[in-house]
Amino acid sequence: MLAPRRPTSRAGWTWSAALAAVLVVVPVAMLATSVLRPDTQLWRDQWRTRLPGELVDTTLLLVGVGAGSIVLGAGLAWLVSAYRFPGSRVFGWMLILPLAIPSYILGFLTLSTFGRTGPVQDQWRDWFGLDAWFPRIESVGGAVIAFTLVLYPYVYLLTRAALRDQAAGAYHAARILGAGPTEAARRVVFPLVRPAVAAGAAVVMMETLTDFATVQYFGVDTVSVGVFNIWRGQYDRDGASEIATLVLGFALLVIGLERVARGRARFGQSGGAGAGITARTLEGWRRWAATGVCGAVVFVAFIGPVLRLSAWAIAEQRSDRGTPLVDQYPEYLMNSLQIVVITVTICLVVAIVLANAQRFGNPAVTRLSSRAVAVGYAVPGPVVGIGVLLAMVAADDALEAIGLNLPGVVATGSLLVLAYAYAIRFLAPGLGAIESGIGQVSEEMTASARSLGATPLQTVRRVHVPLSRASIASAAVLVGVDALKELPIVLLLRPLGFDTLPVWVYDLASESRFQQAALPALSIIAVALVPVALLTRGLDRRV
Amino acid sequence: MHHSSHPNDVPPPRRRRPIGRRVALGALAAAAALVATSCGGGGDTLVVYSGRHYNIEAAFEQYTEETGVELEFLTGNDAELREKLAVEGDETPADVYITVDAGNLAAAAEQGLFQPLESDVLQSAIPAELSDSEGRWYGLTLRARTIVYNPDLLAADEVPTTYEELAEPEWDGRLCMRNASNVYQQSLVASLIAHHGEDEALRIVRGWADNAEIFSNDVLILEAINDGLCEVGVTNHYYLGRELDENPEFNVALAWANQDDRGVHVNISGGGVTAAADKPDEAQAFLEWLATDGQEVLVAGNHEYPANPDVPADPLIATEFGTLDDFVRDPLEATVFGALNPDAIRLMDEAGYG
Repeated sequence: MLAPRRPTSRAGWTWSAALAAVLVVVPVAMLATSVLRPDTQLWRDQWRTRLPGELVDTTLLLVGVGAGSIVLGAGLAWLVSAYRFPGSRVFGWMLILPLAIPSYILGFLTLSTFGRTGPVQDQWRDWFGLDAWFPRIESVGGAVIAFTLVLYPYVYLLTRAALRDQAAGAYHAARILGAGPTEAARRVVFPLVRPAVAAGAAVVMMETLTDFATVQYFGVDTVSVGVFNIWRGQYDRDGASEIATLVLGFALLVIGLERVARGRARFGQSGGAGAGITARTLEGWRRWAATGVCGAVVFVAFIGPVLRLSAWAIAEQRSDRGTPLVDQYPEYLMNSLQIVVITVTICLVVAIVLANAQRFGNPAVTRLSSRAVAVGYAVPGPVVGIGVLLAMVAADDALEAIGLNLPGVVATGSLLVLAYAYAIRFLAPGLGAIESGIGQVSEEMTASARSLGATPLQTVRRVHVPLSRASIASAAVLVGVDALKELPIVLLLRPLGFDTLPVWVYDLASESRFQQAALPALSIIAVALVPVALLTRGLDRRV
Repeated sequence: MHHSSHPNDVPPPRRRRPIGRRVALGALAAAAALVATSCGGGGDTLVVYSGRHYNIEAAFEQYTEETGVELEFLTGNDAELREKLAVEGDETPADVYITVDAGNLAAAAEQGLFQPLESDVLQSAIPAELSDSEGRWYGLTLRARTIVYNPDLLAADEVPTTYEELAEPEWDGRLCMRNASNVYQQSLVASLIAHHGEDEALRIVRGWADNAEIFSNDVLILEAINDGLCEVGVTNHYYLGRELDENPEFNVALAWANQDDRGVHVNISGGGVTAAADKPDEAQAFLEWLATDGQEVLVAGNHEYPANPDVPADPLIATEFGTLDDFVRDPLEATVFGALNPDAIRLMDEAGYG
């Protein structure tokens, strides 16, 4: 039992990681084969007309949302971690809540509240006249605000965890050595949480980049919108996938920026959680300012939208027509939960394998595999959807060729296919969280377990997984919330009759029946609150 | 805070079992769920892909009640469902594809996704100009894209009468229009290309781009006109019907465009039997019902015009806007619109139309 083992790479882990990467990359790549023989006329037309504008809008949007989320997310995380002020504990978890609101819902809410024809501008014009100036909401600026408000919690969450787990000790040491709180924050804390902030901002920017529906409410033409115009309107799938390489290019840029911002930092504090920063009590006007800032963010990003949706939903229920399909609500809910559970299960298992394969398998292959699976997160949902369809049909043909006929099941409309596409799309954020968890388990600990005779699998089960439980839980929540809100893929790949809550919202919103969509929108938010609340409890318990 | 780097810190064995068991249970439940739901489709039911969302459930329920035929349906984006049909090929479970926009229908026919039908019922119910010449698809409802205006700001004789007029400099800052990624806007521009040729169409769309504030949906355009933010705009007629239904005081009126020449631009929703349908006869029967007895429930509450001329329009639009006999329609050449749709998008890009 105690015979020393050489830490050689295990073929099983290497192959598993490579297989996972292939399964993720192939469907997306199938769509992109046309890139090898580009349509030069299309590119010329696009360059001459809309592409420059799209590149500018995409860049402005990404920079704006990235910067906004960093300021809001990291700033608020520092505020609630390092200071005590009226309501600071409550705000600690309330600031996560906007994560539960899908951006497409906040998009139409923002527009119908603050937009040109919304009540706010109506009142403004009543007061100051028809031509009174008002900042234009239907703009890149408006989109930046809406996206920032729903996405900053990613940065907030990761930064808080980093502050608690990694930065607290260093901060206290700096303070004891005589640094003032601001200096300690700037010189010690900031470098330590930088990787977490960068990782959060990268997630935020990816979500923004691959959106093509919410931006259109704001009249913002991003590269993703361009892809859809060519695909849906010009009936040109090949051309669309060629332009989609630009989306991929932006994604690579974001990933590259994240690596640079993260630097060489690897501050895995070996072993369990830190004790957190001891919060200082704010005095005087500052305490109320802190309360005010947190309260304003929670109100604008969560309470306000929920109140407005509730008002709409109540009005609809009271009207004689009522909310359509409300009797099928339990079914939609169950379907949503089902696909979320399946997706989370698949993503966690695959992400745990991928993260551990980097310790046990061939380093080059496993690292490449882990990077490659990011591709599903780096292209818009429908691109993944169509890619999976193509791959399934190819698989079906291949099976038929060897005499195995599975009509309909492989090709289309099975829940397995839907879950596969979801997993492709959301594996990356889950893997990110789990990698950071496993990363905090020191190499020495792995080596100790191995030298005591544990196989890699036993090491994973007995050491790595238990020690990174918190990260696995965060991964589950991130993937689960994303899967719950997911819209374009479910439209394309769901089995017949398998309608989910977002499909219900889509059916109404696509006919501009936004008020009728209020009830289904509220229920998505309500369901998303469950994992968010669980995560919050976990965060608080560990503080 | 403790630093731990020796194996004593490994949690005791009791902790890890439940995790493993929970994962196993979860996986089992997931597998069971997969098996349970992957057998959908097939059977005796008729399968419909629909790019039309509103009120189709009511129509489908009524059909099942009347005939006992069970229907399963999948809603989605019109163009993406067409793409799905194309990729699925022979394996598709869909027997019927219903969608909005003539261009989409024509594109589906072009891709060989429909089968030609020989149906006396359909041919007599749906006018020839609203269906495919080879009988591959049939229009079911009609939506007109026309000029709407604020009657407080514009007297009836000041209202522009044509789409072309809206490009004149006098409408600068007074016009509200729809964004270029919208399929109805695209088919309107395709009709301009069909009638005027590329150069003239480009001039008109440039004029619109100069004059107009662009909105991301028709309801917002109507609200903006109602609020007096713009005087005139172009929307589908049924959105105005819906607003008037909810609020009879809604301060927007409708003018049928281009009545002295080719007529107002109309688009359709329609459908056909898929080329790979397992139950083509039942699918055809369903389509025949939608074109006849099903027309009323199909347009109910949505204020579209029924494509079948024997079916009366709903009372609200009949009184407010008139019936199909009361205005001149631009003869719909779906195949042409379908073919010109990509050009329309390029042209709007070229014109800098948002």
